[in-house]
Amino acid sequence: MEAYLSLAVKSIFTENLALGFFLGMCTFLAISKKVETAIGLGAAVLIVQGITVPVNNLIYQYLLKDGALAWAGLPDVDLSFLGLISYIGVIAAIVQILEMFLDRFVPALYHALGIFLPLITVNCAILGGTLFMVERDYDLAESVVYGLSSGVGWALAITALAGIREKLRYSDVPDGLQGLGITFITVGLMSLGFMAFSGIQL
Amino acid sequence: MNKEAKNALFEPLVDNNPITLQILGICSALAVTTSLVTSLIMCIALTAVTALSNVSVSMIRHHIPTNIRIIVQMVIIASLVIVVDQVLKAYAYDTSKKLSVFVGLIITNCIVLGRAEAYAMKNGPFLSFLDGIGNGLGYSVILIAVGTVRELFGSGKLLGYEILPLASEGGWYVPNGLLLLPPSAFFIIGLMIWAIRAWKVEQVEKAEYQIHQVHRTEVM
Repeated sequence: MEAYLSLAVKSIFTENLALGFFLGMCTFLAISKKVETAIGLGAAVLIVQGITVPVNNLIYQYLLKDGALAWAGLPDVDLSFLGLISYIGVIAAIVQILEMFLDRFVPALYHALGIFLPLITVNCAILGGTLFMVERDYDLAESVVYGLSSGVGWALAITALAGIREKLRYSDVPDGLQGLGITFITVGLMSLGFMAFSGIQL
Repeated sequence: MNKEAKNALFEPLVDNNPITLQILGICSALAVTTSLVTSLIMCIALTAVTALSNVSVSMIRHHIPTNIRIIVQMVIIASLVIVVDQVLKAYAYDTSKKLSVFVGLIITNCIVLGRAEAYAMKNGPFLSFLDGIGNGLGYSVILIAVGTVRELFGSGKLLGYEILPLASEGGWYVPNGLLLLPPSAFFIIGLMIWAIRAWKVEQVEKAEYQIHQVHRTEVM
């Protein structure tokens, strides 16, 4: 149990996908002007990340890994080179299914997420989460924890940034830094703040 | 070389830079720049993928049904990235370990998909190829600049050769450890955007909320 808690704290704060590994930066910078939209996008990433990382973990463990096909009588087959294309396919498919599911059963949430849901397919935080899971060789339980907590971390970061940017509207920023420039500096400072969490162990 | 081709090749370098103006492909630009070698390899990989995916998409652009075009593009890009990943693993294993997940993340790099969608779907193979190279170079310019600053001032070396002798080894330079940490990349790119926009004033974004300018007649 402790190991899972420690993994969760690590992936929410010190190894935050957005501020520590720069994943999902494009959407992070583009869709963080308002707190409400940021929360919507954060929630969407959290849901998708929580589903795709464990699913990709199963695919990796039972189909792609070196020797994973032993259950099918093919112990010498190593399909790990097919990893990238299968992960992105799984992510695109899950996003599509989730979209149809929400449209049918939870229309309120579907309308709240709107355009963000399909965009998540090309969000590097999602594919990045899966690739980190493969690289660090998590088992199924660990990858559930990792998927959910890294999603929480990303959502937290984008909501905080949106809050700061809303306040920033009223400040007198130098012309050249207006917009994108000052956002970069802000994110840099936030990233410094999140680094203060490093070394925390449970 | 005619004008159109020249534009496709050189416009993305500064005037329409994918990173500083179009806000595309920032993730990897920040993450791999701690040393110059990884930045260079990443630049080559991305330029190759962008150029080749532009060519392939452009060649079959009349045969792709519009409503599944994104998936078709994704499949093409993912296959190219797999090839690049395998080549790196075979010939530059150490660097590919250092780049870790970021080679795979070229798939979701918005520059590649963005150029396939915005340019290659509308133009012929040759122009699309040049556009891919141009955008790859625009990305490379920023990456190499950031990588140089971070490696030179963060560890006093360039490409592994000592340039500034470190104080800990009897020299005079005390390295700035902050430059090796993630936040510095944000600051450097932020300042770079400032520099480019001070030069190319037309790229400056309008403030959403204009602070009231007091005119001297109002004071009197």
